[in-house]
Amino acid sequence: MALDERQQIELINKEYAEKYGFHDPEKYVFKARKGLSREVVEEISWMKGEPDWMREFRLRALEIFWKKPMPTWGADLSGIDFDDIYYYIKPAEKQARSWDDVPEEIKRTFDRLGIPEAEQKFLAGVGAQYESEVVYHNIKKELERQGVIFLDTDTALKEYPDLFKEYFGTVVPPSDNKFAALNSAVWSGGSFIYVPPGVRVEMPLQAYFRINAQNMGQFERTLIIADEGSYVHYVEGCTAPIYTTDSLHSAVVEIIVKKGARVRYTTIQNWSTNVYNLVTKRAVAYEDATMEWVDGNIGSKVTMKYPAIYMMGKGAHGEVLSIAFAGRGQHQDAGAKAVHAAPYTTSNITSKSISKDGGRAGYRGLVQIYPGAHHSKSNVVCDALILDPESRSDTYPYIDIREDDVSVGHEATVSKVGEEQLFYLMSRGLSEADALNMIVSGFIEPIVKELPMEYAVEMNRLIQLEMEGSVG
Amino acid sequence: MSEQAVLEIKNLHVSVDDNEILKGVTLTIREGEVHAMMGPNGSGKSTLAYTIAGHPKYEVTEGEILFNGENVLEMEADERSKVGLFLAFQYPVAIPGVTMANFLRMAINAHREARGEPPITPVEFRKMLLEKMEMLGIDRSFAGRYLNEGFSGGEKKRAEILQMAVLEPKIAILDETDSGLDIDALRVVSEGVNKLKDQLGMGVLVITHYQRILNYIKPDFVHVLVDGRIIAEGGPELAQQLEEKGYDWVREELAKEA
Repeated sequence: MALDERQQIELINKEYAEKYGFHDPEKYVFKARKGLSREVVEEISWMKGEPDWMREFRLRALEIFWKKPMPTWGADLSGIDFDDIYYYIKPAEKQARSWDDVPEEIKRTFDRLGIPEAEQKFLAGVGAQYESEVVYHNIKKELERQGVIFLDTDTALKEYPDLFKEYFGTVVPPSDNKFAALNSAVWSGGSFIYVPPGVRVEMPLQAYFRINAQNMGQFERTLIIADEGSYVHYVEGCTAPIYTTDSLHSAVVEIIVKKGARVRYTTIQNWSTNVYNLVTKRAVAYEDATMEWVDGNIGSKVTMKYPAIYMMGKGAHGEVLSIAFAGRGQHQDAGAKAVHAAPYTTSNITSKSISKDGGRAGYRGLVQIYPGAHHSKSNVVCDALILDPESRSDTYPYIDIREDDVSVGHEATVSKVGEEQLFYLMSRGLSEADALNMIVSGFIEPIVKELPMEYAVEMNRLIQLEMEGSVG
Repeated sequence: MSEQAVLEIKNLHVSVDDNEILKGVTLTIREGEVHAMMGPNGSGKSTLAYTIAGHPKYEVTEGEILFNGENVLEMEADERSKVGLFLAFQYPVAIPGVTMANFLRMAINAHREARGEPPITPVEFRKMLLEKMEMLGIDRSFAGRYLNEGFSGGEKKRAEILQMAVLEPKIAILDETDSGLDIDALRVVSEGVNKLKDQLGMGVLVITHYQRILNYIKPDFVHVLVDGRIIAEGGPELAQQLEEKGYDWVREELAKEA
């Protein structure tokens, strides 16, 4: 039986609501008043007991935020009301290192999301952020002994002030863009990782970000430093309840990959469809270093996110694999940025987008090759799959080459799910819905297979959830 | 089931984009029988195949198709598959990212579900798949390859026969399975079809332009389709005559009779 549009949305929301969309009563230690002002920023800094330099950094960033105009390209951001957002909510008195010490209701939330279970099974460390603060943080003892630091960013500022100050804000300065400035002014939580030279963290470190309150703004700040020859894989996930009013998530992620090191950063973004997700992610990769972004965008109302790699040393390599899924009412403006600033640097960008039920998904990317970055190579492949005539896909590839001896390739395909493919699968006994699911999961397979098994399963499940109700 | 499966096509008229392609085709295929449908290019052979399988582009304007007395025209393509009809495509499409094994397992489970059976276990599935692949002389690595992606002509045809072997239909239609195959590949594919026919007792409709494949898959009945109508029917000797004398000969014979 064909479902009408409203029933379809209800079905999707119901599934999301059962698994992620629930919310807890608000029992907060502190909730700043709505809106943004110097006072609110000072209050955040004071609550956190920060050094003066950080308070000044925040206030400077706030001025930049106010001065910068809203971006007029990309997605429609006119629905954001900066005065109607809570910029800081402190959910618990202190951070726990054991789940037993996390306040009961919050613990139950993370239980439902399967975080403690995942931690035991296949993770080297976990951070769990609830509203503005990280409520739980832990890392395996043996990694700690090897000198690996995995903390929430606020604690890192207190415990490793010098290391922190040396790198914080160096990759993404507040002046970079309006939302980086906003994050710099009101940042709270996020992960801080330092991996010492030669240390390989074999199991992933994971952070989970949860918004619970209505009209919440979450502004975590993540800083990862991989010292020479080290390796780390960091995974982040996120969800929120479904509200009729909008929430804002605006993170900044800075990554420094030193000589010969390798960092992989995997995101499974599954925000509810009332969240504006405007994130600045950037890495610098030095000599022979490798930076890999694996970016899955399934949820949110609007996402604007272009993970970047600045290849600063000879032989550096960058890799971006991204999947964007835009359903009804969603706009995923995702992409990548590869900047070749040294010779013999290489980058690959693979982007897959799926749009359905009037959703809009696209690729916006920049490949830039500086003078002197000879023998650099870059290859961009973006494929779009459009599931119905109401949906839309856009590709905006920008290429800026200022060196002769380089090789840059770009390939883009847009396909509609073909009648022939559907008929072929159905002629073997698959229902139309199963056939469509199979085509979609095959389409994203090249990226999903890069994920650790548990996340690959999760990603496929999320996509299937989005696909449900799409066939009458 | 004790009753023999039977596919009955009665006075079938089919249009594509308002052009009438089939102009009244009548044909009955029973389990265990091999029928050959021969005809020149553009005679409507593939239209017949697609219409039986349920491609939405082909519009039936008159006539009926019954399978064991049930109205096939009311079934979606997947339902037709689940009652036991199978089409080996002339040009199977690629489904990137979907492995042969994963696809076959999904397809089997769809069939099992329709019969009210539980899904096949991974162990059972593997055993069954390896057996069928061995029977058809297909390399094991096939199972891990993406469906029809980068397959050679011969591999595609073999993959179709493997799907047939796995789904065990009652009536199979082979749409120009011989096209693009060299003589060795043709022999392998034909032997596969014959084994399945003997094992399952399925009925087969071999659609072809040339008599060549009929040296390997011996027909009980031969039908000649020209311009959307069956203009001649007979036994295997008809195929032989066609090969020697060409389609014009049949037309002339008919003209003489008229």
